[in-house]
Amino acid sequence: MEFFHRATSFPFMSTRKLWYGLSIVLILISVASLATRGLNLGVDFTGGVTVQASFPTAANRDAVIAALTGAGYADPQVTIFGSSRDIAIRLPPTKQTTEDVRGRIEQILKTLDGGAQIQQVEVVGPQIGGELQRSAAQALAATLLLIFGYIALRFHTWRLSLGAILAVLHDPILVLGTFSLTRTTFDLTVVAAMLAVIGYSLNDTVVVFDRIRERFHSGRRLDPVTVLDQSINQTLSRTIMTKVVTLIVVVALYALGGPVLRGFSEALIIGILAGTYSSIYISSAVALDCGLTATHLLASAASKPVDDLP
Amino acid sequence: MLEFARWKYVLVTLVVLIGVLFALPNLYGEDPALQVERKSRAPMDDFARQSIEDLLHKQNIFIKRDFIDSGRLILAFNDVAAQLKARDTVDATLSDVDRAALANASRAPAWMRMLGLKAMPLGLDLRGGLYLLYQVDLQGAVSQLLDTYEQSFRRALTDAKLPFTDITTIGADSGGIANGLRVTLPPEADASQVEAVLRKVDVNLKFTTSSGASGSAIDMVLTPAQIKAREDYALEQNRTTLTNRVNDLGVSEPIVQRQGLDRINVQLPGVQNSAEVKDLLGKVATLELRLADTQNNAMQAQQSGHAPLGTKLYKREDGSPILLKREVIVTGDELTSATSATSTEGPAVSIKLDARGAESMLRTTRLNVGKPMAVVYIEKSRRQVEVNGQKVDRDTTSEKVINVATIRGVFGPQFQVTGLTSGEARDLSLMLRSGSLAAPVEVVEERAIGPSLGQDNIDKGVRALEIGMLAVFVFMAIYYRAFGLVADAVLLANVILLTALLSMLRASLSLPGIAGIILTVGIAVDANVLIYERIREELRNGVSPQAAIRAGFDKAFSAIADSNVTALIAGLSLWVIGTGAIRGFAIVLTLGIATSMFTSLLGSRALITLLYGGRQKVARLSIG
Repeated sequence: MEFFHRATSFPFMSTRKLWYGLSIVLILISVASLATRGLNLGVDFTGGVTVQASFPTAANRDAVIAALTGAGYADPQVTIFGSSRDIAIRLPPTKQTTEDVRGRIEQILKTLDGGAQIQQVEVVGPQIGGELQRSAAQALAATLLLIFGYIALRFHTWRLSLGAILAVLHDPILVLGTFSLTRTTFDLTVVAAMLAVIGYSLNDTVVVFDRIRERFHSGRRLDPVTVLDQSINQTLSRTIMTKVVTLIVVVALYALGGPVLRGFSEALIIGILAGTYSSIYISSAVALDCGLTATHLLASAASKPVDDLP
Repeated sequence: MLEFARWKYVLVTLVVLIGVLFALPNLYGEDPALQVERKSRAPMDDFARQSIEDLLHKQNIFIKRDFIDSGRLILAFNDVAAQLKARDTVDATLSDVDRAALANASRAPAWMRMLGLKAMPLGLDLRGGLYLLYQVDLQGAVSQLLDTYEQSFRRALTDAKLPFTDITTIGADSGGIANGLRVTLPPEADASQVEAVLRKVDVNLKFTTSSGASGSAIDMVLTPAQIKAREDYALEQNRTTLTNRVNDLGVSEPIVQRQGLDRINVQLPGVQNSAEVKDLLGKVATLELRLADTQNNAMQAQQSGHAPLGTKLYKREDGSPILLKREVIVTGDELTSATSATSTEGPAVSIKLDARGAESMLRTTRLNVGKPMAVVYIEKSRRQVEVNGQKVDRDTTSEKVINVATIRGVFGPQFQVTGLTSGEARDLSLMLRSGSLAAPVEVVEERAIGPSLGQDNIDKGVRALEIGMLAVFVFMAIYYRAFGLVADAVLLANVILLTALLSMLRASLSLPGIAGIILTVGIAVDANVLIYERIREELRNGVSPQAAIRAGFDKAFSAIADSNVTALIAGLSLWVIGTGAIRGFAIVLTLGIATSMFTSLLGSRALITLLYGGRQKVARLSIG
């Protein structure tokens, strides 16, 4: 089976200004939404209230969840800990005082078992505290800097580095924007998905760059626009194949993985689609508009030996 | 003809076989279990096992299987309900020498357990637990070291009867932390003689002498390497101590790791109440040996509230007062090991000292034979107290004299503390062994994490992942035919190798880790697709099949290498700098890239060469 019997020759670069426009509009919408609506942060980020309670006999976790949900507490997390009679309930932050929460929860639990007792009500900090957010931002910044350096070194031009970094930033911003617009809960799982999205985007971009280098190498007279179009067309079958295969896994997660993985797989789907687009229209096009020509890359061809086999 | 060196075939086969072996335990899953151990860490025996079995059978709790693993009795049950009921039963009847904790027992056969093969543990986000992040006070560790040197200098100079004006810390004035000591001397002192004495304290120290109108001064500044060594020591010591204490908690599969430059993270799966745990972990226990004061009356001192000059008032365990000399003979830092033992005078703790401690011990005991010496037990802990409605951490120190014994002879680096009951001897040696925390630690982050997914959701997620992978396998086989099957085999090998590596390193699998696995699978597929698309391209250009295969691998290599190295850089950098979720992702990504490069480049080529390499001429490739 083969979808691409003949080499395609879409003139990708000629329409790039249009796509820049689209990207800029999408990013602006995302940023505007993030600034005004913000993200619907999950308990991982916001912290909340934990209630420890005990029952005279073994607790029924499902019944507790059902009772809490029925009483209007959205998304309660209930864990049985210590002995089978002790439970911990985690709720999103509320405006009620801890005393109010204690009273209400006690009422709800007493409907399940008259002997239920509240042991402790405590306001807990977020799972992803400010500490972690800062360290994550630092780690990402340092990583992007290293990647900028590596691509500049391997391909002998900062133009491709810049294109790659912009493409890598582009995709997570769109994911964040979508989550902000749709008010989907943004939790730790989505952060994990965004890291993967950055990985995919980078992978795609570098594969196209590799082909660009090869094309410039074989036809040094060709003008940059032609070379970039050729490179993207020649890697198009691979780009689409890889995306399809990855999407199969992610869509399976989305459809069958249950509600907890919904946000995770949604972020991956948006990110993978955005990444495919950005590796075509952002990374290469930005390099082109920064004045990328054959001479930038040929310096590398002259000084770098062709890679050896494994 | 395509060629592929024989050693490469052997290598690929060997690596995959080892991978299968290490990944195997993950296939079996786990049962909810109860782990029972002795507080003294003495191994459980068949008698204890039998009595616990009987106890549970009487309660009609069905034990699926039980075994003794490294001295701990593990009881596996069919479901969580039975596990919790068993725990309640055991807790209610167990003597206080035993301790039960909830755990998970792998269903893997016994021989795997014997070989030490274990499944990768689930991270806290998948099964809930307590997460603590400790910050180690490295500046404190360095100033502690300077304090010790200051004491040694004073002692050395006093012993050598050399005059000195003062010893002060230096280096702090430039805004940094103190990193050295200055010994100021009166004008008549002989600086070179003083320096020679100081040098004997530690030959690795660097001294510089400067002289002024009012006398000379000798500076000792720690080199950056010495400071680094001290900081490393403090961190490592703290990590070891925390590990020992965590092990004492009886939690199954705890994780204690160094994180970044000055942090240690502790993960306790299944633990939810933090206060008790924090108290236990944050405790600093240490010993001091001091001479007892026999000239003054301790009762009088207690009543007046004033200890006579040169002494300090302590309490014994029974509450009665005792006066000890101010000078410390040996501090807890100078202990190198402590074991409980039996001496002619009953239970004892055998203690070994480092060189400095041994020297001080030798000198003191030589001069004080027949006089009493006391062992002071010092415990520091940090507790949360509420002050005006706000929670504040308070350090509390409790000191008590646990033992006073008459010095019978001259001690060197090794001596025994006697006068203890056997229980006390065991506790003391345990506390000393698990060590004092070399530098003050502070909890900077603390979270009780409820399992965000829950078992049913984890099962669902794993199932979805399996179905997704299966769909990919089918799709690849249809799209690339024989080559697709090769890609499938390679992909499978990649997942196996990654699982094996994660199991080997005991890296816990968290949700971000699963994201890393999906990304890795994507990258592994990509590597194969790159090669196959390249082969097809060559075929379209009219190249012969075997040459197309060769060219496909050759030309795809630089794309694979560059994209993988870029991902590897990202993975390593996030691994080193990142924390928590980011780090969990990075570990899987980094290992995944490594296995993916190995399987796609070596494994895939081995299989394809096996398929098409032997024949002289290949008419057609089965590549769709």
